[in-house]
Amino acid sequence: MADRDVMIGCAAGFARDRKDSAGPLIATLARHDGPRFLIYEMLAERTLALAQKERHHSSDRGYIAAFEEMLRPYLKACAEAGIRVIGNFGAANPHAAAQLVADWAAKLGLADLRIACVEGDDLLGRVGIDLLAASEMENSVLADRPDVLAINVYLGAEPITRALDMGADIVITGRVADPALALGPLRHAFGWAEDDWDRLAAGVLAGHLLECGPQVTGGYFADPGVKDVPGMDAIGYPLARVSPDGSFVVTKPGKTGGLVDLRCVKEQILYEIHDPAAYLTPDVVLDLSEVELSQIGADEVRVVHARGKPRPKQLKATVCIDGGLLVEAGISYAGYNAEARARLAIDTIRARMAFHAPHLRIRADIVGLVSVFGDTAGSALAARRAVDPYPDLRVMFAAEVGSAEEGRLMIEEVEALYVAGPAGGGGMRGQLTPRLKSTSCLLPRDLAEARVSLIGAKR
Amino acid sequence: MSRATTIALYALAHSRSGDKGNRSNLSVIARAPEFYPLLDRLLTADIVALHFAHRNPSAVRRYDLPRLGAFNFVLDDLLDGGVNASLGLDGHGKTLSFHLLGLELELDPEAARVIARVTDGAPHP
Repeated sequence: MADRDVMIGCAAGFARDRKDSAGPLIATLARHDGPRFLIYEMLAERTLALAQKERHHSSDRGYIAAFEEMLRPYLKACAEAGIRVIGNFGAANPHAAAQLVADWAAKLGLADLRIACVEGDDLLGRVGIDLLAASEMENSVLADRPDVLAINVYLGAEPITRALDMGADIVITGRVADPALALGPLRHAFGWAEDDWDRLAAGVLAGHLLECGPQVTGGYFADPGVKDVPGMDAIGYPLARVSPDGSFVVTKPGKTGGLVDLRCVKEQILYEIHDPAAYLTPDVVLDLSEVELSQIGADEVRVVHARGKPRPKQLKATVCIDGGLLVEAGISYAGYNAEARARLAIDTIRARMAFHAPHLRIRADIVGLVSVFGDTAGSALAARRAVDPYPDLRVMFAAEVGSAEEGRLMIEEVEALYVAGPAGGGGMRGQLTPRLKSTSCLLPRDLAEARVSLIGAKR
Repeated sequence: MSRATTIALYALAHSRSGDKGNRSNLSVIARAPEFYPLLDRLLTADIVALHFAHRNPSAVRRYDLPRLGAFNFVLDDLLDGGVNASLGLDGHGKTLSFHLLGLELELDPEAARVIARVTDGAPHP
């Protein structure tokens, strides 16, 4: 087992992340004296449901296609530097993604590369709607037995550790808890036991800080004049240097933009956290109460005292169902009296749609007055008046519709404001977007069996 | 020398929002260690609930992280159903950290003294 520090870089925090982040990470990882890994987190909730639909149409698809641009150009450099890669871009079809990587490896002359896929998170067709409805956590969208499009349970680090123990150089998963992408290699390198709760918690915390990519290295942080960040166009993606005792340092590659300071790390520690004393993962319950940070160098923050409690008895699963159609349409009004013209446009569309489709719940915002801070009922917008006598405003309409026809009707009504609405409306756009709804269930652990298989480059 | 009796949270803290379903979490991180006890006293869950009243949160909880000089606010049912159901432009509620930072805190004399000492008499933003 390693007595040297393990270094892990994260090249992607979501499916459409920057494509050129891996280069500087690989250069730094290659110089690290100890085990080194590169992880990719690319699987938001709806991303997986969309992938599931793709696989349904074509059995060799269903992975995140964007990973080709993010991994293929770097595969040879990773292999040469002994950097092992773990990513959840397998989505609904980790096996197909693994086959694809095997093909690339063969073409690159990397005949010895061992590729593993982790499966078993997909429970579609294996769990009945009654059990799902009974185990739904907060909502009750499953009570009226809708068609289920995807059921994926969050697997933990164990199958990733197992794949690395089997000698895999590339580990491709579907749904796993995001921090498991880091905890898996840490358990492999350090041999941490499955009930070594404090160390597991430290590994989860390292993974939690890495999994959103640049959100911990100055991305999604800058507020000019208050929180300034250098080199936003070339932010370095994050690295964690983890010691055998579980303490770790968050840093980024040299000669990249961004920054790692106490403020960035604090913002990301609490990102998507509810009770900080009980962050539930499949591997351990992480307690952040005693965590302390220190700036030990430029762009280096040390993180200590993560505490762990025994893992939950159940596993969380995300269940996706059809979510209907979202219709959105916008039109702009600017200059003198623009606010009154914008409000008249809203009244006009509401009256027209009340005639055509009285059951529709329509939201109207005025970008430039109140939009993202507002509420669907419109109370914040009703209370707000423009300060600027010469504003530049955009009215945005939205509704959930039962059919594409109904959606197109609303778009056409907004477009008709060109001739039948208030003076000076311009820049009308409209779009229909199919939606997926998701909900979470707690399922017994023994329903999910994680499977690991190895695929060689040469076939 | 007279001081404003209110101050925007923005002058004392920074924040990031996260979402899970129809629930939003908003971190509040003190810009200076001296601000933490002051925020502990002034920035209650009730005041935050009031600031978001137009979005009808069903519950607002505050978690304290004194070692990080930070708080975590969790607001239930804030997101109009969440990113897969909301009709708003920002279904994640990602922008809401800056709505929270717009909250005007009522200052007591002790709080005003602490802020004046830390900011060294510099005007509030």
